[in-house]
Amino acid sequence: MDKRTKILYGILLAGAVIAPFVGGYPLFLMSALCFALFACAFNLLIGFTGLLSFGHAMFFGMAAYFCGHAAKVWGLTPELAVLIGTAGAAAMGYLVGWLAVRRQGIYFAMVTLALSQMVYFICVQAPFTGAEDGLQNVPRGKAFGLINLQSTPHDPLFGVIPVSDDIVMYYFVLALFLLGFGVIYRAIYSPFGQVLKSIRENEPRALSLGYDVDKYKLMAFVLSAALAGMAGALKALSVGAASLTDVSWQMSGEVVLMTLLGGMGTILGPVLGATTIITMQNYLAGFGSWVTIIMGVTFVVCVLAFRRGIVGEIAYRLKR
Amino acid sequence: MSTDYILETQHLTKEFRGFTAVDGVNLKIVRGSIHALIGPNGAGKTTVFNLLTKFLPVTAGRIIYNGRDITAEKPAQIARRGVIRSFQISAVFPHLTVMENVRVALQRKLGTSFHFWKSDASLTHLNDRAMQLLDEVDLTRFADIETVALPYGRKRALEIATTLAVDPELMLLDEPTQGMGHEDVGRVVELIRKVSANRSVLMVEHNMSVVANLCDTITVLARGAVLAEGPYAEVSKNPQVLEAYVGSSEMEIV
Repeated sequence: MDKRTKILYGILLAGAVIAPFVGGYPLFLMSALCFALFACAFNLLIGFTGLLSFGHAMFFGMAAYFCGHAAKVWGLTPELAVLIGTAGAAAMGYLVGWLAVRRQGIYFAMVTLALSQMVYFICVQAPFTGAEDGLQNVPRGKAFGLINLQSTPHDPLFGVIPVSDDIVMYYFVLALFLLGFGVIYRAIYSPFGQVLKSIRENEPRALSLGYDVDKYKLMAFVLSAALAGMAGALKALSVGAASLTDVSWQMSGEVVLMTLLGGMGTILGPVLGATTIITMQNYLAGFGSWVTIIMGVTFVVCVLAFRRGIVGEIAYRLKR
Repeated sequence: MSTDYILETQHLTKEFRGFTAVDGVNLKIVRGSIHALIGPNGAGKTTVFNLLTKFLPVTAGRIIYNGRDITAEKPAQIARRGVIRSFQISAVFPHLTVMENVRVALQRKLGTSFHFWKSDASLTHLNDRAMQLLDEVDLTRFADIETVALPYGRKRALEIATTLAVDPELMLLDEPTQGMGHEDVGRVVELIRKVSANRSVLMVEHNMSVVANLCDTITVLARGAVLAEGPYAEVSKNPQVLEAYVGSSEMEIV
């Protein structure tokens, strides 16, 4: 990492830390972070391994249910509930990946889509998801049994700055986001990441050099599924609900859109892409169903004008 | 005294839905030799490569490498045994740097390739070896550029450096001089001669002057079957071989 990049990361981190005190609604910020992590996890596959999964909502959504169930029914602390969501998504990722990595290109995408549709219909029927109603009133509980994330008045910070429960929850989400982002960053710049990139670049060649490419793809798939699950689990805790929207194919499509918009194969692209989409959905909510059309147009314009995505395009311009 | 063969095929056959692409081929590659596989278009040369490296499953027959039957093994396993192939089109990793291309091949032996929690700084000690290999193919000054920017001939040279990085016992080269200008052909031929010093090479090649001055043994394939085998002087006078090539402008039998 060169100096300029370090400074950029420093600024972004500082921005994220002070965001709720300079006008950012904590609930909005949390949701942006969750989707940013989701998109980063997805990007590990499409941007660094060359695999287009069209069913990633199954990991995001199922982890939301797992986490919600653990927090609400079993009464576990939030960090354990998130862990259960993440582990559940990883296990699902292993099964789905094991089946999907045997196929390439569009067939890979179709296998993931088909399996995620199956998961969706199981969620519609299964008792523990609450079907159309979803899993409501998921409690945030006390992090590590100590820090209450929910609805108790907190003492003002330094005696003057008011701290709501949402702000405390925001920092919980931010901490876990940073952990997930760190894992992805490390994986991309690791010996494993080098092999993934070589598979993305030329799979038969990687195979002919003696790399068992299916095993590497499976490992990447499980990592990606686990972190997508972590994002879904955090989302369930921050909004206090898990619903069918989280496992729907539209959600799988949205994460593709976020990643492409921000720039696939870049580190910060998915973060920016997710933030942009969430911002649009939030602030344009007044337009009702026109939001979809505005987003569609934005997406088309972006793909036509800078197909590397926002961050990809900036990086390209800087390099020249 | 029996000859030492590094690779042998026994009645190697590949059928695609009733069409026999490779028909009972018996190949014997002498250890330390450069062996050419030639033949008209569609003779099954690349299919043989795909079978030897298990990129395609074998319909019938056996592949024996270093005295061991490897017919049932997977592509990555065969590669780890030291049989490394190249491809007809250049096989590089276009968006990695030239040096990283070679390093990816080197890092496999470290056994840390699944370690996603380790920094890639743990690979920097391989840089020197990678640079050495690049030096062998005269690419040192391109080390830090993105591979996609290399001219075609250089990409093929890089491919050879990458192949050497895994220290193969048997190199399978699929048309290493295809699509190259005169100078590049000369450079690649010298390169192949140099790197074949203590290993065996099986190559598919259309350029007969390359075959004539580089290869020890030549196997001619036609319609999936072996038509002739022997040194260049002998094979090039074989009436059956001449007949198979009649009307084909690709081959100038001298």
